[in-house]
Amino acid sequence: MEHNIYIYIACMAGITYLIRVLPLTLIRRDIKNKTVRSFLFYVPYVTLAVMTFPAILTATNSMISALAALVVAIVLAFLGKKLFTVAVSACAVVFITELILYPPEFITNIL
Amino acid sequence: MTTRTKRQWFLMGMRVGIPISAGYFAVSMALGIAAKNANIASWQAALTSLLINASAGEHIGFTLISLNAAYLEVILMEAIANARYLLMSASLSQKLEPRTTFGERLLLGFTVTDEIFGASVAVNGRLSPYFTYGAFIVATAGWTSGTFVGAVLGDILPTRLLGALGVGLYGMFISVFVPKAREDKIVAALVVISFIFSFAAEKLPYVRDISGGVRIIILTVLISLAAALIFPVKEENGDGA
Repeated sequence: MEHNIYIYIACMAGITYLIRVLPLTLIRRDIKNKTVRSFLFYVPYVTLAVMTFPAILTATNSMISALAALVVAIVLAFLGKKLFTVAVSACAVVFITELILYPPEFITNIL
Repeated sequence: MTTRTKRQWFLMGMRVGIPISAGYFAVSMALGIAAKNANIASWQAALTSLLINASAGEHIGFTLISLNAAYLEVILMEAIANARYLLMSASLSQKLEPRTTFGERLLLGFTVTDEIFGASVAVNGRLSPYFTYGAFIVATAGWTSGTFVGAVLGDILPTRLLGALGVGLYGMFISVFVPKAREDKIVAALVVISFIFSFAAEKLPYVRDISGGVRIIILTVLISLAAALIFPVKEENGDGA
């Protein structure tokens, strides 16, 4: 059977929206239960940490540049730098590290 | 403290959305390339990105489409890949200003991505949905256009630049959980535990065969639940989750 691309997209969009919107609309007031409250308090930090590591290690062209970015980002965030600064610095570290690891040809030609 | 107008919240969100947008542009270009390989037209790929805003979910979707999978299969796999948003939205429901209307919540449901969620959680005190709308609008512009450009240009772009920009998204995650870990020792311990467990889950036989999306949920639920039972949060945390 031949499937329609737009029905595919509608299926994907519909289920994804439902997942995102149901808790926001069904949980309309502050939860009183202490365990549930604590659980929801910890969820963001745990889930972001789980998503960061080890995935970050394979996000660049070399594990070395990724590790460097991880360390620099953690240090800067620990020092209280803003989200923007941390994100841009991580990018810059990867770019510079990889320039050193894999110098572009026009540089190796000069050297 | 939260006497900002809707407009101020929105502009604040837009500013936070700028680096997210740049990172999205790079990451979604890879998605566009994947769509092209699955024989999906570039503007259809862009439409998918505009409506779904979820990298793993879209990747799986494109793969299934190229395999001519059944609609139900697509819905099921999409639900699995994106189930973590159920947790994120539940968490956000406690962070939201209680007076947020039903309509505002319906709109907010469209905007919960990993990074937008991270930025919204990082806001001090209660969250106005207008902050999240602002961040989302700027971010999704990068996401959608990146998908389109990736599908059109494919592999012409230098991988050097893409790798560097892509890591920015992780930088954002880090800038959410590290400052919290600094002020809260339990969160610090949880971050370390999350790193270790997540690493182990990717290496261990059987566990590593579970899809990435499901692994994230299982680990999040297990670790957060254990922490909630052992270290219930004290009530002076007026932050509302």
